[in-house]
Amino acid sequence: MLNIIPISLEQGLAYALVALGIALTFRVLAFPDLTVDGSFPLGGAVAARLIFDGMDPVTSTLIATAAGFVAGYLTGIFATKFKINSLLAGILMMTILYSVNLRIMGRANIPLLNQPTLFTPMESLNMSRDLPVIIFFLVIALVCKFAIDVFLHTEYGLGLRATGDNEEMIRSLGVNTDAATNFGLGVSNAMVALAGALIAQDQGFSDVGMGIGMIVAGLASIIIGEALIKPTTVVRLTLAAAFGSVVYRFIIALGMRMGLAPTDLKLATGVMVVIALAIPAIRGQREKKLNLRGM
Amino acid sequence: MAEYMLALNGVTKIFNKGTQDEKRALDNFSLEVEKGDFITIIGSNGAGKTTLLNAIAGTVETDQGQIIVNDQDVTKWHDFQMARFVSRVFQSPTMGTAGEMTIEENLCMAELRGKRRGLKWGVTKSRRLRYKEVLKVLDLGLEERLKQAVGLLSGGQRQSLTLLMTTLAPPKLLLLDEHTAALDPRTASKVLDLTDTMVRENRLTTLMVTHNMNHALKYGNRMVMLHQGRIQLDIQGDEKKKLTVAEIVAKFGQTLKDETLLSC
Ligand SMILES: Nc1ncnc2c1ncn2[C@@H]1O[C@H](COP(=O)(O)OP(=O)(O)O)[C@@H](O)[C@H]1O
Ligand SMILES: [Mg+2]
Repeated sequence: MLNIIPISLEQGLAYALVALGIALTFRVLAFPDLTVDGSFPLGGAVAARLIFDGMDPVTSTLIATAAGFVAGYLTGIFATKFKINSLLAGILMMTILYSVNLRIMGRANIPLLNQPTLFTPMESLNMSRDLPVIIFFLVIALVCKFAIDVFLHTEYGLGLRATGDNEEMIRSLGVNTDAATNFGLGVSNAMVALAGALIAQDQGFSDVGMGIGMIVAGLASIIIGEALIKPTTVVRLTLAAAFGSVVYRFIIALGMRMGLAPTDLKLATGVMVVIALAIPAIRGQREKKLNLRGM
Repeated sequence: MAEYMLALNGVTKIFNKGTQDEKRALDNFSLEVEKGDFITIIGSNGAGKTTLLNAIAGTVETDQGQIIVNDQDVTKWHDFQMARFVSRVFQSPTMGTAGEMTIEENLCMAELRGKRRGLKWGVTKSRRLRYKEVLKVLDLGLEERLKQAVGLLSGGQRQSLTLLMTTLAPPKLLLLDEHTAALDPRTASKVLDLTDTMVRENRLTTLMVTHNMNHALKYGNRMVMLHQGRIQLDIQGDEKKKLTVAEIVAKFGQTLKDETLLSC
Protein backbone atom coordinates (compact mmCIF):
# COMPACT_ATOMS: atom_id res chain seq x y z
CA MET A 1 0.00 0.00 0.00
CA LEU A 2 2.64 2.52 1.04
CA ASN A 3 4.91 1.79 -1.89
CA ILE A 4 2.30 2.90 -4.41
CA ILE A 5 2.42 6.42 -2.98
CA PRO A 6 5.72 7.52 -4.55
CA ILE A 7 4.84 6.18 -7.98
CA SER A 8 1.32 7.70 -7.85
CA LEU A 9 2.77 11.02 -6.77
CA GLU A 10 5.37 11.00 -9.50
CA GLN A 11 2.91 10.07 -12.22
CA GLY A 12 0.12 12.22 -10.87
CA LEU A 13 2.32 15.32 -10.79
CA ALA A 14 3.78 14.56 -14.22
CA TYR A 15 0.36 14.07 -15.78
CA ALA A 16 -0.96 17.11 -13.90
CA LEU A 17 0.33 19.16 -16.84
CA VAL A 18 -2.00 17.21 -19.13
CA ALA A 19 -4.93 17.77 -16.78
CA LEU A 20 -4.10 21.49 -16.63
CA GLY A 21 -4.01 21.65 -20.42
CA ILE A 22 -7.34 19.87 -20.71
CA ALA A 23 -8.87 22.11 -18.04
CA LEU A 24 -7.79 25.12 -20.10
CA THR A 25 -9.56 23.89 -23.24
CA PHE A 26 -12.57 21.97 -21.91
CA ARG A 27 -13.30 24.16 -18.92
CA VAL A 28 -12.00 27.64 -19.62
CA LEU A 29 -12.40 27.84 -23.40
CA ALA A 30 -15.33 25.40 -23.44
CA PHE A 31 -13.62 23.84 -26.44
CA PRO A 32 -13.57 20.01 -26.44
CA ASP A 33 -10.03 19.65 -27.76
CA LEU A 34 -9.01 16.09 -28.61
CA THR A 35 -5.60 17.06 -29.99
CA VAL A 36 -4.11 15.94 -26.68
CA ASP A 37 -3.84 12.25 -27.67
CA GLY A 38 -1.53 13.40 -30.46
CA SER A 39 0.28 16.34 -28.88
CA PHE A 40 1.38 14.30 -25.86
CA PRO A 41 3.35 11.77 -27.94
CA LEU A 42 4.43 14.67 -30.18
CA GLY A 43 6.24 16.18 -27.21
CA GLY A 44 7.80 12.80 -26.47
CA ALA A 45 8.76 12.24 -30.09
CA VAL A 46 10.38 15.64 -30.63
CA ALA A 47 12.31 15.55 -27.34
CA ALA A 48 13.45 11.94 -27.83
CA ARG A 49 14.53 12.46 -31.40
CA LEU A 50 16.48 15.64 -30.61
CA ILE A 51 18.14 14.14 -27.55
CA PHE A 52 18.92 10.98 -29.49
CA ASP A 53 20.53 13.13 -32.18
CA GLY A 54 22.72 14.79 -29.57
CA MET A 55 20.92 18.00 -28.63
CA ASP A 56 20.96 19.01 -24.98
CA PRO A 57 17.84 17.95 -23.06
CA VAL A 58 16.75 21.46 -22.01
CA THR A 59 16.64 22.83 -25.55
CA SER A 60 15.05 19.60 -26.80
CA THR A 61 12.29 19.90 -24.19
CA LEU A 62 11.65 23.52 -25.08
CA ILE A 63 11.39 22.71 -28.79
CA ALA A 64 9.02 19.83 -27.98
CA THR A 65 6.86 22.27 -26.03
CA ALA A 66 6.80 24.69 -28.95
CA ALA A 67 5.79 21.84 -31.28
CA GLY A 68 2.79 21.20 -29.02
CA PHE A 69 1.83 24.87 -29.27
CA VAL A 70 1.88 24.68 -33.06
CA ALA A 71 -0.26 21.51 -33.07
CA GLY A 72 -2.87 23.08 -30.79
CA TYR A 73 -2.85 26.31 -32.75
CA LEU A 74 -3.47 24.39 -35.98
CA THR A 75 -6.44 22.58 -34.41
CA GLY A 76 -7.73 26.04 -33.60
CA ILE A 77 -7.28 27.14 -37.22
CA PHE A 78 -9.22 24.06 -38.38
CA ALA A 79 -12.09 24.94 -36.07
CA THR A 80 -12.18 28.74 -36.26
CA LYS A 81 -10.96 29.50 -39.77
CA PHE A 82 -12.12 26.41 -41.67
CA LYS A 83 -15.26 26.11 -39.51
CA ILE A 84 -14.68 22.40 -38.89
CA ASN A 85 -16.63 21.07 -35.90
CA SER A 86 -14.43 21.39 -32.83
CA LEU A 87 -14.46 17.68 -31.98
CA LEU A 88 -13.63 16.72 -35.55
CA ALA A 89 -10.87 19.34 -35.73
CA GLY A 90 -9.15 17.69 -32.75
CA ILE A 91 -9.63 14.18 -34.13
CA LEU A 92 -8.16 15.26 -37.47
CA MET A 93 -5.13 16.79 -35.78
CA MET A 94 -4.70 13.74 -33.56
CA THR A 95 -4.75 11.47 -36.62
CA ILE A 96 -2.37 13.68 -38.57
CA LEU A 97 0.00 13.77 -35.61
CA TYR A 98 0.18 9.98 -35.50
CA SER A 99 1.97 9.98 -38.85
CA VAL A 100 3.94 13.09 -37.97
CA ASN A 101 5.18 11.49 -34.76
CA LEU A 102 6.30 8.37 -36.64
CA ARG A 103 8.10 10.60 -39.13
CA ILE A 104 9.81 12.54 -36.38
CA MET A 105 10.99 9.42 -34.59
CA GLY A 106 11.68 7.43 -37.76
CA ARG A 107 10.33 4.37 -35.96
CA ALA A 108 7.71 3.51 -33.35
CA ASN A 109 9.98 3.74 -30.31
CA ILE A 110 13.16 5.61 -29.34
CA PRO A 111 15.01 4.41 -26.22
CA LEU A 112 16.77 7.08 -24.17
CA LEU A 113 18.44 4.85 -21.63
CA ASN A 114 21.99 5.79 -22.50
CA GLN A 115 21.27 9.40 -23.37
CA PRO A 116 21.67 12.41 -21.12
CA THR A 117 18.19 13.60 -20.09
CA LEU A 118 16.80 16.19 -17.68
CA PHE A 119 16.80 13.40 -15.12
CA THR A 120 20.43 12.36 -15.47
CA PRO A 121 21.64 14.79 -12.78
CA MET A 122 19.10 13.36 -10.32
CA GLU A 123 20.30 9.85 -10.98
CA SER A 124 23.88 10.74 -10.14
CA LEU A 125 22.82 11.91 -6.67
CA ASN A 126 23.78 9.58 -3.91
CA MET A 127 20.20 8.54 -3.15
CA SER A 128 17.08 6.97 -4.65
CA ARG A 129 15.85 9.00 -7.63
CA ASP A 130 12.24 8.90 -6.37
CA LEU A 131 12.31 11.96 -4.17
CA PRO A 132 14.19 14.35 -6.49
CA VAL A 133 12.01 13.30 -9.40
CA ILE A 134 8.83 13.88 -7.40
CA ILE A 135 10.09 17.29 -6.30
CA PHE A 136 11.02 18.11 -9.89
CA PHE A 137 7.53 17.29 -11.18
CA LEU A 138 5.94 19.08 -8.23
CA VAL A 139 7.86 22.24 -9.04
CA ILE A 140 7.00 22.03 -12.75
CA ALA A 141 3.30 21.42 -12.00
CA LEU A 142 3.17 24.30 -9.52
CA VAL A 143 4.95 26.67 -11.88
CA CYS A 144 2.54 25.79 -14.70
CA LYS A 145 -0.50 26.08 -12.45
CA PHE A 146 0.67 29.43 -11.16
CA ALA A 147 1.49 30.68 -14.65
CA ILE A 148 -2.01 29.77 -15.89
CA ASP A 149 -3.60 31.40 -12.86
CA VAL A 150 -1.75 34.64 -13.52
CA PHE A 151 -2.32 34.49 -17.29
CA LEU A 152 -6.06 34.04 -16.85
CA HIS A 153 -6.21 37.17 -14.67
CA THR A 154 -4.43 39.40 -17.16
CA GLU A 155 -6.35 41.66 -19.53
CA TYR A 156 -5.82 39.15 -22.33
CA GLY A 157 -6.63 36.23 -20.06
CA LEU A 158 -9.97 37.75 -19.06
CA GLY A 159 -10.87 37.92 -22.75
CA LEU A 160 -9.85 34.30 -23.17
CA ARG A 161 -12.07 33.20 -20.30
CA ALA A 162 -14.99 35.21 -21.62
CA THR A 163 -14.47 33.53 -25.00
CA GLY A 164 -15.46 30.28 -23.31
CA ASP A 165 -18.15 31.88 -21.15
CA ASN A 166 -19.98 34.27 -23.47
CA GLU A 167 -18.42 34.51 -26.90
CA GLU A 168 -20.93 36.95 -28.36
CA MET A 169 -20.50 39.35 -25.46
CA ILE A 170 -16.72 39.44 -25.52
CA ARG A 171 -16.66 39.86 -29.29
CA SER A 172 -18.88 42.90 -28.86
CA LEU A 173 -16.24 44.16 -26.41
CA GLY A 174 -13.51 43.83 -29.01
CA VAL A 175 -11.90 40.42 -28.54
CA ASN A 176 -11.16 38.42 -31.67
CA THR A 177 -12.43 35.18 -30.16
CA ASP A 178 -11.05 33.08 -33.01
CA ALA A 179 -7.55 34.31 -32.28
CA ALA A 180 -8.09 33.83 -28.54
CA THR A 181 -9.30 30.26 -29.12
CA ASN A 182 -6.31 29.43 -31.31
CA PHE A 183 -3.89 30.84 -28.80
CA GLY A 184 -5.56 29.05 -25.89
CA LEU A 185 -5.42 25.75 -27.74
CA GLY A 186 -1.75 26.42 -28.45
CA VAL A 187 -0.94 27.04 -24.79
CA SER A 188 -2.91 23.98 -23.70
CA ASN A 189 -1.15 21.64 -26.11
CA ALA A 190 2.22 23.19 -25.37
CA MET A 191 1.73 22.10 -21.78
CA VAL A 192 0.59 18.65 -22.87
CA ALA A 193 3.63 18.28 -25.14
CA LEU A 194 5.87 19.42 -22.29
CA ALA A 195 4.38 16.60 -20.22
CA GLY A 196 5.08 14.16 -23.08
CA ALA A 197 8.68 15.34 -23.36
CA LEU A 198 9.29 15.07 -19.60
CA ILE A 199 7.58 11.71 -19.20
CA ALA A 200 9.47 10.22 -22.16
CA GLN A 201 12.74 11.27 -20.52
CA ASP A 202 11.62 10.03 -17.11
CA GLN A 203 10.58 6.59 -18.35
CA GLY A 204 13.58 6.34 -20.67
CA PHE A 205 11.82 6.02 -24.00
CA SER A 206 9.33 7.64 -26.34
CA ASP A 207 6.64 5.54 -27.94
CA VAL A 208 4.22 6.48 -30.69
CA GLY A 209 1.36 4.92 -28.74
CA MET A 210 1.99 6.72 -25.46
CA GLY A 211 -0.82 9.23 -25.99
CA ILE A 212 -3.70 6.81 -26.39
CA GLY A 213 -6.43 7.55 -23.86
CA MET A 214 -4.71 10.69 -22.60
CA ILE A 215 -7.84 12.85 -22.90
CA VAL A 216 -10.03 10.41 -21.06
CA ALA A 217 -7.47 10.05 -18.29
CA GLY A 218 -7.19 13.83 -18.10
CA LEU A 219 -10.95 14.26 -17.96
CA ALA A 220 -11.16 11.63 -15.23
CA SER A 221 -8.54 13.58 -13.27
CA ILE A 222 -10.45 16.83 -13.66
CA ILE A 223 -13.77 15.27 -12.67
CA ILE A 224 -12.21 13.69 -9.57
CA GLY A 225 -10.45 16.94 -8.70
CA GLU A 226 -13.61 19.01 -9.10
CA ALA A 227 -15.52 16.62 -6.87
CA LEU A 228 -12.97 17.28 -4.13
CA ILE A 229 -12.28 20.97 -4.78
CA LYS A 230 -15.25 22.93 -6.10
CA PRO A 231 -13.87 24.95 -9.02
CA THR A 232 -15.51 28.27 -8.21
CA THR A 233 -12.46 30.29 -9.27
CA VAL A 234 -9.60 29.87 -11.72
CA VAL A 235 -7.19 29.21 -8.88
CA ARG A 236 -9.40 26.41 -7.57
CA LEU A 237 -9.99 25.01 -11.06
CA THR A 238 -6.29 24.56 -11.77
CA LEU A 239 -5.74 23.22 -8.27
CA ALA A 240 -8.55 20.73 -8.82
CA ALA A 241 -7.02 19.58 -12.11
CA ALA A 242 -3.55 19.06 -10.65
CA PHE A 243 -4.78 17.48 -7.44
CA GLY A 244 -7.27 15.33 -9.33
CA SER A 245 -4.45 14.00 -11.46
CA VAL A 246 -2.59 12.77 -8.38
CA VAL A 247 -5.72 11.20 -6.89
CA TYR A 248 -6.55 9.55 -10.23
CA ARG A 249 -3.09 7.97 -10.49
CA PHE A 250 -3.40 6.82 -6.91
CA ILE A 251 -6.76 5.17 -7.61
CA ILE A 252 -5.33 3.49 -10.70
CA ALA A 253 -2.29 2.23 -8.79
CA LEU A 254 -4.59 0.96 -6.07
CA GLY A 255 -6.76 -0.77 -8.65
CA MET A 256 -3.74 -2.49 -10.18
CA ARG A 257 -2.57 -3.53 -6.74
CA MET A 258 -5.96 -5.15 -6.22
CA GLY A 259 -5.69 -7.09 -9.44
CA LEU A 260 -6.81 -4.76 -12.20
CA ALA A 261 -4.99 -5.81 -15.39
CA PRO A 262 -2.98 -2.98 -17.01
CA THR A 263 -4.82 -3.73 -20.23
CA ASP A 264 -8.14 -2.97 -18.54
CA LEU A 265 -6.99 0.44 -17.38
CA LYS A 266 -8.63 2.41 -20.17
CA LEU A 267 -11.85 0.48 -19.71
CA ALA A 268 -11.88 1.34 -16.03
CA THR A 269 -11.05 5.01 -16.68
CA GLY A 270 -13.64 5.29 -19.42
CA VAL A 271 -16.35 3.79 -17.24
CA MET A 272 -15.34 6.14 -14.44
CA VAL A 273 -15.83 9.18 -16.70
CA VAL A 274 -19.13 7.86 -18.08
CA ILE A 275 -20.48 7.32 -14.57
CA ALA A 276 -19.38 10.78 -13.45
CA LEU A 277 -21.04 12.38 -16.47
CA ALA A 278 -24.14 10.21 -16.12
CA ILE A 279 -24.90 11.00 -12.49
CA PRO A 280 -26.48 14.42 -13.14
CA ALA A 281 -28.53 13.01 -16.03
CA ILE A 282 -29.71 10.02 -13.99
CA ARG A 283 -30.64 12.30 -11.13
CA GLY A 284 -32.81 14.08 -13.64
CA GLN A 285 -30.80 17.27 -13.53
CA ARG A 286 -30.90 19.17 -16.76
CA GLU A 287 -27.61 20.84 -15.99
CA LYS A 288 -24.90 19.71 -18.37
CA LYS A 289 -21.67 18.61 -16.78
CA LEU A 290 -19.63 19.53 -19.80
CA ASN A 291 -20.99 22.73 -21.23
CA LEU A 292 -19.12 23.02 -24.50
CA ARG A 293 -19.19 25.29 -27.50
CA GLY A 294 -20.10 23.97 -30.92
CA MET A 295 -21.93 20.93 -29.56
CA MET B 1 -21.29 64.97 -43.81
CA ALA B 2 -18.77 65.29 -41.07
CA GLU B 3 -21.47 66.14 -38.56
CA TYR B 4 -22.97 62.65 -38.67
CA MET B 5 -21.90 60.10 -36.09
CA LEU B 6 -23.49 57.32 -38.12
CA ALA B 7 -24.69 57.12 -41.68
CA LEU B 8 -26.20 54.19 -43.53
CA ASN B 9 -26.40 54.62 -47.29
CA GLY B 10 -28.65 52.23 -49.18
CA VAL B 11 -27.90 49.25 -46.95
CA THR B 12 -29.54 45.99 -48.02
CA LYS B 13 -29.45 42.72 -46.16
CA ILE B 14 -31.02 39.63 -47.69
CA PHE B 15 -31.23 36.42 -45.65
CA ASN B 16 -31.33 33.06 -47.42
CA LYS B 17 -30.66 34.66 -50.76
CA GLY B 18 -31.90 32.67 -53.73
CA THR B 19 -34.00 30.27 -51.69
CA GLN B 20 -37.71 30.03 -50.99
CA ASP B 21 -37.10 31.65 -47.61
CA GLU B 22 -35.44 34.72 -49.10
CA LYS B 23 -36.01 37.68 -46.80
CA ARG B 24 -35.08 41.31 -47.28
CA ALA B 25 -34.46 42.29 -43.68
CA LEU B 26 -33.02 45.65 -44.71
CA ASP B 27 -34.15 47.10 -48.01
CA ASN B 28 -32.06 49.92 -49.44
CA PHE B 29 -31.97 51.39 -45.96
CA SER B 30 -30.61 54.88 -45.34
CA LEU B 31 -30.34 56.75 -42.07
CA GLU B 32 -28.23 59.63 -40.85
CA VAL B 33 -27.64 60.03 -37.15
CA GLU B 34 -26.23 63.18 -35.64
CA LYS B 35 -23.84 63.28 -32.75
CA GLY B 36 -25.80 63.20 -29.51
CA ASP B 37 -29.00 61.89 -31.10
CA PHE B 38 -31.08 59.55 -28.95
CA ILE B 39 -33.23 57.69 -31.45
CA THR B 40 -35.94 55.25 -30.47
CA ILE B 41 -36.80 52.57 -33.02
CA ILE B 42 -40.12 50.80 -33.26
CA GLY B 43 -41.69 48.42 -35.73
CA SER B 44 -43.52 45.14 -35.77
CA ASN B 45 -41.87 41.77 -35.32
CA GLY B 46 -39.58 41.02 -38.24
CA ALA B 47 -39.43 44.64 -39.39
CA GLY B 48 -35.63 44.50 -39.39
CA LYS B 49 -34.80 46.34 -36.16
CA THR B 50 -32.38 43.75 -34.82
CA THR B 51 -30.82 43.28 -38.23
CA LEU B 52 -30.25 47.02 -38.42
CA LEU B 53 -28.35 47.04 -35.11
CA ASN B 54 -26.46 43.86 -36.08
CA ALA B 55 -25.43 45.42 -39.38
CA ILE B 56 -24.11 48.52 -37.62
CA ALA B 57 -22.30 46.43 -34.98
CA GLY B 58 -20.75 44.19 -37.61
CA THR B 59 -22.33 40.91 -36.49
CA VAL B 60 -24.27 40.73 -39.75
CA GLU B 61 -22.59 41.14 -43.14
CA THR B 62 -24.59 43.39 -45.42
CA ASP B 63 -25.12 42.71 -49.11
CA GLN B 64 -25.19 46.28 -50.39
CA GLY B 65 -24.67 49.81 -49.25
CA GLN B 66 -22.28 51.59 -47.01
CA ILE B 67 -22.02 52.15 -43.28
CA ILE B 68 -20.08 55.13 -42.01
CA VAL B 69 -19.26 55.66 -38.35
CA ASN B 70 -17.28 58.66 -37.16
CA ASP B 71 -16.34 59.44 -40.78
CA GLN B 72 -14.86 56.00 -41.36
CA ASP B 73 -16.24 53.43 -43.77
CA VAL B 74 -16.86 50.47 -41.49
CA THR B 75 -19.03 48.45 -43.87
CA LYS B 76 -16.64 45.49 -43.92
CA TRP B 77 -15.50 45.65 -40.31
CA HIS B 78 -15.91 42.66 -38.01
CA ASP B 79 -17.93 42.92 -34.82
CA PHE B 80 -14.83 42.82 -32.60
CA GLN B 81 -13.34 45.70 -34.59
CA MET B 82 -16.53 47.73 -34.27
CA ALA B 83 -16.13 47.51 -30.50
CA ARG B 84 -13.90 50.54 -30.83
CA PHE B 85 -16.98 52.66 -31.57
CA VAL B 86 -19.99 50.62 -30.57
CA SER B 87 -21.33 49.41 -27.27
CA ARG B 88 -24.37 47.14 -27.10
CA VAL B 89 -26.96 45.96 -24.64
CA PHE B 90 -28.92 42.94 -25.77
CA GLN B 91 -32.44 41.81 -24.97
CA SER B 92 -31.49 38.91 -22.75
CA PRO B 93 -29.71 39.92 -19.52
CA THR B 94 -27.49 36.85 -19.84
CA MET B 95 -26.15 38.00 -23.20
CA GLY B 96 -24.38 41.14 -22.07
CA THR B 97 -22.28 39.68 -19.28
CA ALA B 98 -20.10 36.64 -18.68
CA GLY B 99 -22.00 34.71 -16.01
CA GLU B 100 -19.16 32.61 -14.63
CA MET B 101 -16.89 35.60 -14.21
CA THR B 102 -17.04 38.09 -11.36
CA ILE B 103 -18.66 41.51 -11.39
CA GLU B 104 -15.30 43.25 -11.29
CA GLU B 105 -13.93 41.08 -14.11
CA ASN B 106 -16.95 41.91 -16.26
CA LEU B 107 -16.46 45.60 -15.55
CA CYS B 108 -12.79 45.32 -16.44
CA MET B 109 -13.56 43.65 -19.76
CA ALA B 110 -16.04 46.42 -20.51
CA GLU B 111 -13.55 49.11 -19.58
CA LEU B 112 -11.16 47.58 -22.13
CA ARG B 113 -13.77 47.56 -24.89
CA GLY B 114 -12.06 48.16 -28.21
CA LYS B 115 -8.64 48.61 -26.59
CA ARG B 116 -5.51 46.49 -26.82
CA ARG B 117 -5.45 43.76 -24.21
CA GLY B 118 -1.99 42.90 -23.01
CA LEU B 119 -0.47 40.70 -20.35
CA LYS B 120 -0.96 43.34 -17.69
CA TRP B 121 -2.94 42.38 -14.61
CA GLY B 122 -6.66 42.85 -15.28
CA VAL B 123 -8.51 43.96 -12.16
CA THR B 124 -5.92 46.17 -10.49
CA LYS B 125 -6.42 47.87 -7.14
CA SER B 126 -7.11 51.24 -8.72
CA ARG B 127 -9.62 49.74 -11.11
CA ARG B 128 -11.38 47.97 -8.26
CA LEU B 129 -11.70 51.27 -6.38
CA ARG B 130 -13.19 52.93 -9.44
CA TYR B 131 -15.68 50.07 -9.93
CA LYS B 132 -16.78 50.36 -6.32
CA GLU B 133 -17.52 54.03 -6.92
CA VAL B 134 -19.38 53.66 -10.20
CA LEU B 135 -21.44 50.72 -8.92
CA LYS B 136 -22.85 52.90 -6.17
CA VAL B 137 -24.77 54.80 -8.85
CA LEU B 138 -26.93 51.72 -9.39
CA ASP B 139 -27.93 51.64 -5.73
CA LEU B 140 -28.17 47.84 -5.87
CA GLY B 141 -25.43 47.08 -3.37
CA LEU B 142 -23.29 45.53 -6.07
CA GLU B 143 -20.27 47.50 -4.85
CA GLU B 144 -20.12 45.03 -1.96
CA ARG B 145 -20.24 42.01 -4.29
CA LEU B 146 -17.36 42.74 -6.66
CA LYS B 147 -15.91 39.25 -6.40
CA GLN B 148 -19.17 37.40 -6.93
CA ALA B 149 -20.03 35.69 -10.19
CA VAL B 150 -22.43 37.72 -12.32
CA GLY B 151 -24.54 34.59 -12.79
CA LEU B 152 -25.75 35.03 -9.20
CA LEU B 153 -27.47 38.33 -10.01
CA SER B 154 -31.13 38.75 -10.96
CA GLY B 155 -32.09 39.70 -14.50
CA GLY B 156 -32.68 43.32 -13.59
CA GLN B 157 -29.41 43.60 -11.68
CA ARG B 158 -27.57 41.99 -14.55
CA GLN B 159 -29.10 44.32 -17.12
CA SER B 160 -28.33 47.36 -14.96
CA LEU B 161 -24.75 46.15 -14.69
CA THR B 162 -24.57 45.72 -18.46
CA LEU B 163 -25.76 49.29 -18.92
CA LEU B 164 -23.20 50.57 -16.49
CA MET B 165 -20.53 48.57 -18.33
CA THR B 166 -21.28 50.40 -21.57
CA THR B 167 -20.41 53.74 -20.01
CA LEU B 168 -17.09 52.71 -18.40
CA ALA B 169 -15.52 53.46 -21.75
CA PRO B 170 -18.06 55.81 -23.36
CA PRO B 171 -18.80 54.62 -26.90
CA LYS B 172 -19.35 56.68 -30.02
CA LEU B 173 -22.57 54.71 -30.50
CA LEU B 174 -24.79 52.94 -28.01
CA LEU B 175 -27.08 50.25 -29.43
CA LEU B 176 -29.92 48.97 -27.26
CA ASP B 177 -32.09 46.14 -28.55
CA GLU B 178 -35.26 45.76 -26.48
CA HIS B 179 -32.98 45.69 -23.48
CA THR B 180 -35.85 45.88 -21.01
CA ALA B 181 -38.18 43.42 -22.73
CA ALA B 182 -37.12 40.47 -20.56
CA LEU B 183 -37.65 42.35 -17.29
CA ASP B 184 -40.77 42.77 -15.19
CA PRO B 185 -42.49 46.16 -15.72
CA ARG B 186 -41.17 47.78 -12.56
CA THR B 187 -37.58 46.70 -13.13
CA ALA B 188 -37.94 47.62 -16.79
CA SER B 189 -38.91 51.19 -16.02
CA LYS B 190 -36.06 51.51 -13.50
CA VAL B 191 -33.57 50.25 -16.09
CA LEU B 192 -35.05 52.61 -18.68
CA ASP B 193 -34.68 55.59 -16.40
CA LEU B 194 -31.13 54.54 -15.74
CA THR B 195 -30.60 54.33 -19.48
CA ASP B 196 -31.98 57.80 -19.99
CA THR B 197 -29.76 59.25 -17.26
CA MET B 198 -26.64 57.59 -18.60
CA VAL B 199 -27.33 58.60 -22.17
CA ARG B 200 -27.85 62.22 -21.14
CA GLU B 201 -24.94 62.45 -18.73
CA ASN B 202 -22.49 60.97 -21.22
CA ARG B 203 -24.14 62.61 -24.25
CA LEU B 204 -24.15 59.21 -25.96
CA THR B 205 -25.37 58.86 -29.51
CA THR B 206 -27.95 56.13 -29.03
CA LEU B 207 -30.24 53.85 -31.00
CA MET B 208 -32.81 52.19 -28.78
CA VAL B 209 -35.13 49.52 -30.13
CA THR B 210 -38.30 49.07 -28.11
CA HIS B 211 -41.65 47.45 -28.71
CA ASN B 212 -43.29 49.79 -26.26
CA MET B 213 -44.67 52.85 -28.05
CA ASN B 214 -45.01 54.86 -24.87
CA HIS B 215 -41.31 54.39 -24.22
CA ALA B 216 -40.50 55.20 -27.83
CA LEU B 217 -42.33 58.51 -27.49
CA LYS B 218 -41.17 59.33 -23.98
CA TYR B 219 -37.46 58.87 -24.52
CA GLY B 220 -35.09 60.34 -27.03
CA ASN B 221 -35.22 63.25 -29.45
CA ARG B 222 -36.12 61.29 -32.56
CA MET B 223 -38.22 58.24 -33.37
CA VAL B 224 -37.90 55.96 -36.37
CA MET B 225 -40.49 53.37 -37.32
CA LEU B 226 -39.43 50.41 -39.44
CA HIS B 227 -41.54 48.28 -41.70
CA GLN B 228 -40.27 45.50 -43.97
CA GLY B 229 -36.72 46.72 -43.81
CA ARG B 230 -37.53 50.32 -44.61
CA ILE B 231 -38.24 53.50 -42.69
CA GLN B 232 -41.96 54.15 -42.48
CA LEU B 233 -41.90 57.13 -40.18
CA ASP B 234 -39.09 59.39 -39.02
CA ILE B 235 -39.93 62.25 -36.69
CA GLN B 236 -37.99 64.38 -34.29
CA GLY B 237 -38.01 67.41 -32.04
CA ASP B 238 -41.29 69.12 -31.28
CA GLU B 239 -43.12 67.02 -33.82
CA LYS B 240 -42.15 63.92 -31.85
CA LYS B 241 -43.04 65.51 -28.52
CA LYS B 242 -46.55 66.27 -29.75
CA LEU B 243 -47.18 62.84 -31.22
CA THR B 244 -49.40 60.46 -29.26
CA VAL B 245 -49.71 56.70 -29.28
CA ALA B 246 -53.29 57.04 -30.49
CA GLU B 247 -52.17 58.98 -33.55
CA ILE B 248 -49.59 56.37 -34.43
CA VAL B 249 -52.10 53.59 -34.02
CA ALA B 250 -54.66 55.40 -36.13
CA LYS B 251 -52.16 55.92 -38.91
CA PHE B 252 -50.08 52.75 -38.80
CA GLY B 253 -52.31 50.28 -36.97
CA GLN B 254 -52.35 48.13 -40.09
CA THR B 255 -48.65 47.41 -40.00
CA LEU B 256 -48.20 47.33 -36.25
CA LYS B 257 -50.37 44.40 -35.47
CA ASP B 258 -48.57 42.59 -32.70
CA GLU B 259 -46.91 43.21 -29.37
CA THR B 260 -46.16 46.79 -30.29
CA LEU B 261 -49.87 47.50 -30.21
CA LEU B 262 -50.53 45.32 -27.22
CA SER B 263 -48.02 47.25 -25.19
CA CYS B 264 -49.88 50.56 -25.40
N1 LIG C 1 -30.13 34.88 -39.18
C1 LIG C 1 -31.26 34.97 -39.93
N2 LIG C 1 -31.52 34.06 -40.88
C2 LIG C 1 -32.64 34.16 -41.62
N3 LIG C 1 -33.54 35.12 -41.50
C3 LIG C 1 -33.34 36.06 -40.55
C4 LIG C 1 -32.19 36.03 -39.72
N4 LIG C 1 -32.24 37.09 -38.88
C5 LIG C 1 -33.38 37.73 -39.17
N5 LIG C 1 -34.05 37.13 -40.18
C6 LIG C 1 -35.29 37.59 -40.78
O1 LIG C 1 -35.16 38.93 -41.12
C7 LIG C 1 -36.33 39.67 -40.79
C8 LIG C 1 -35.99 40.78 -39.84
O2 LIG C 1 -35.64 40.22 -38.58
P1 LIG C 1 -35.23 41.08 -37.33
O3 LIG C 1 -34.24 42.10 -37.75
O4 LIG C 1 -34.82 40.15 -36.26
O5 LIG C 1 -36.61 41.79 -36.96
P2 LIG C 1 -37.02 42.59 -35.66
O6 LIG C 1 -35.85 42.70 -34.76
O7 LIG C 1 -37.50 43.89 -36.17
O8 LIG C 1 -38.14 41.81 -35.05
C9 LIG C 1 -37.30 38.65 -40.21
O9 LIG C 1 -38.16 38.25 -41.22
C10 LIG C 1 -36.43 37.51 -39.79
O10 LIG C 1 -37.13 36.30 -39.91
MG1 LIG D 1 -35.55 42.02 -32.74
